[in-house]
Amino acid sequence: MPWITRGLRDGIVTTRYPRRPDGYGDGFRAAVRVLRSGTTDPAAGTRGAAGALARLCPTGAIVEDTDGVHLDRGRCIVCGACVAARPDRFAFVSEVETAALSRHMLVAPESDDEALARLRADLADRTRALRRSIHIRHVDAGSDGAEEWEVAALTNPVYDVARLGIFFTASPRHADLLLVTGVATAGMAEPLRRTYEAMPDPKIVLAAGTDSVSGGLVHPTYATRGSVAGVLPVDVWVPGSPPSPFSLLHGILLAMGLLPERSDRLDTRVVGQPAQDDPLTGRDRQ
Amino acid sequence: MTTATTQGVDPDVLAEAVAAQIADGGRFAGLTASALAGGATAIDALVAGRAGLVRLRAQLPASHRTYPSLTPLVPAAAWYEREIHDLFGLVPVGHPRLDPLVLPLADSGSVRPRPGSPDDPGEIQPDHAALPPHVRGHGLFTLPYGPVRSGVFETVEYLLETFGEDIPHLHTRVHHKHRGIERRFGDLALADGVLLAERVEGTVSVAHASALCQAVEAIAGVEPPQPAQLLRVAHAELERIAHHLDSMVRHSEGAGQAVAFARLTTHKEKVLRLRARLCGSRFGRGVIVPGGASGPPLCPVDDFLGDLAHLSRSIASDVGALMATPSFLDRLRSTGIVSPEVAAAHGALGPVGRGSDLAEDVRVSRPYGAYRVLDVDPAPASATGDALARQQVRVHEIEASVHLVEQALHQLKGSKGPWRVEGAWTAADGSALGWAEAPQGELLYLVTMEGGRLVRVKPRTASFHNLALFSSAFRGDIFTDFAFIEASFGLSIAGVAG
Ligand code: SF4
Repeated sequence: MPWITRGLRDGIVTTRYPRRPDGYGDGFRAAVRVLRSGTTDPAAGTRGAAGALARLCPTGAIVEDTDGVHLDRGRCIVCGACVAARPDRFAFVSEVETAALSRHMLVAPESDDEALARLRADLADRTRALRRSIHIRHVDAGSDGAEEWEVAALTNPVYDVARLGIFFTASPRHADLLLVTGVATAGMAEPLRRTYEAMPDPKIVLAAGTDSVSGGLVHPTYATRGSVAGVLPVDVWVPGSPPSPFSLLHGILLAMGLLPERSDRLDTRVVGQPAQDDPLTGRDRQ
Repeated sequence: MTTATTQGVDPDVLAEAVAAQIADGGRFAGLTASALAGGATAIDALVAGRAGLVRLRAQLPASHRTYPSLTPLVPAAAWYEREIHDLFGLVPVGHPRLDPLVLPLADSGSVRPRPGSPDDPGEIQPDHAALPPHVRGHGLFTLPYGPVRSGVFETVEYLLETFGEDIPHLHTRVHHKHRGIERRFGDLALADGVLLAERVEGTVSVAHASALCQAVEAIAGVEPPQPAQLLRVAHAELERIAHHLDSMVRHSEGAGQAVAFARLTTHKEKVLRLRARLCGSRFGRGVIVPGGASGPPLCPVDDFLGDLAHLSRSIASDVGALMATPSFLDRLRSTGIVSPEVAAAHGALGPVGRGSDLAEDVRVSRPYGAYRVLDVDPAPASATGDALARQQVRVHEIEASVHLVEQALHQLKGSKGPWRVEGAWTAADGSALGWAEAPQGELLYLVTMEGGRLVRVKPRTASFHNLALFSSAFRGDIFTDFAFIEASFGLSIAGVAG
């Protein structure tokens, strides 16, 4: 049986995240960060007029106001236009813990106020039973198809989410979490709602990817309705175009109440520095 | 270089003109429409002939809502005419079954999106009453599968009309996830239009960005510098490897080959990580820009090639073992047969075509970019027409793609660019076709620009063209083969629904 010995080749490839940090960096561009965010740009817009920095962005993710420059990760498709034009103000980061429990957190990740504490408590209430295991139903509400690859990757031996009690289920009746990919299209609003209604309480909705968080670059058209939040109450927001498997896993673990927003267990370096701990290349074991 | 030519045709004789081109050895390559100023509509039929692509353009004045259907003479036009009907409200007279495909709307007075038109159609609500009802009869069942399906899949609905275990007919409904993406191009600046093209079919972003950029470059009459051309090829071939591995993964999963599934899905992950090392994106996004590429490889080329060689040996070993596992081959052999006659009549593309005796690969038949100077080694065609034949094509192509990446990157080693055409060349006017051999087959972009703006962009995906063949691959097959046939087609619903 050649397959049995093949199965043993290459040893363990599975990430140790979240128990241990994972250094999947390799220059992977998970998000964009504003450098010197508290300072305004000389060419900043006056009230009502977009500034020079804001105009760099095709999705309106860059916002300039009197307290500086903000980047809404819920709108960012990580295209790099801002980084290319203004490397002094924007940088790619390989920080894949990009999920958040409120839409606002994607704009201001450092805000950790009472409202967020309430959100977290409410979610914890609903997810108490899910800490050991969670069943996920995926629905594509208008994706470009890449999101499905990244969601499916969670079951590969590298991420192997079954080790964390995370399973995909065919039936909404057995699902705890509805994972929605893609911009909400007019034609998917009804099927999406029906799937949600068929799920038992308590249930959680995770918007996977910038398109489902905000509509991304595709919205608006005559056929899109923008964020999935226009159709269902969203609990966990995972930006990315598409979101990487680590970002998705981070979002699911947040939903299970197993991780804080920032565990620092994933690489948070600015892209360009070498990775140290990647089980796939074995660089940590040199 | 082989090019595309345009001929004006009267709408009344468009069908005959296309049929004549096909009788002359041409391959039907698509049909699309564009709204013109003043409410007129242009209908473009595309035929791939020996001398390149021919575009037959028929113009319908605003007062005309009908034209004689092509489908009776050219059956492969059936889905295209359904799409044109949905998007423009034009009625092809004589079409055998004009069911909605991407946007169900009632025929009387509905506002249609009319891509190419500057008028904003506002929000359009699909009208499901416009869809044909499920067929019911004595002993006849319609089994809906989807639109929300078990597993992590794109949204699509299959309606299986059946008398029992055999499948007499399959209807495919893709309208749920229609995003209206063609109209969105009209809102965007050129560079952002390329980002949108990357999202038309997100698993083949590189092919889409390349085809759009090549059309734009043809309009402006510029050629990207050679280093950029080589980099485009490297990324396009990595995309092909990832895509074909994905098809292998789905086959091994469907066949219950647990170890092969685990191995291949790990290889696929490694390919995506390699791609991210080269450009920062697991899907090669942001690499291709109008006039070239965004910049040099982000990692040392020698390290990259070393890791690629190591990975490709593992892939070849595991794929070789899988393709020698009898229980696996039994599931693919004689499954989902597309006969060479059916494939030829339809002009089947990519691995689906090559598995059914149609060898054409546009990297060879209409070479573009660096494919003109690299050794492509296209997959030989097979006349078997089953899922196994399509997989054998993919096995060959994975290996050939590795060689192409190696060739391209070897030539690129140490290159300091230039990476793109500089200057204000993008303020161009005109219309052109761009193409690429995507992993699923020939991808075409029909692009019209005015003053540097994209006024009409029509991606004609291999997924759209080939999905119409899907139902003919099912005749006589049993339900359990469904997953294999679907995986062996390897299509993207996003690229069909638009
Ligand atoms: S990376 Fe692109 S989408 Fe994100 S903020 Fe910068 S310009 Fe906008």
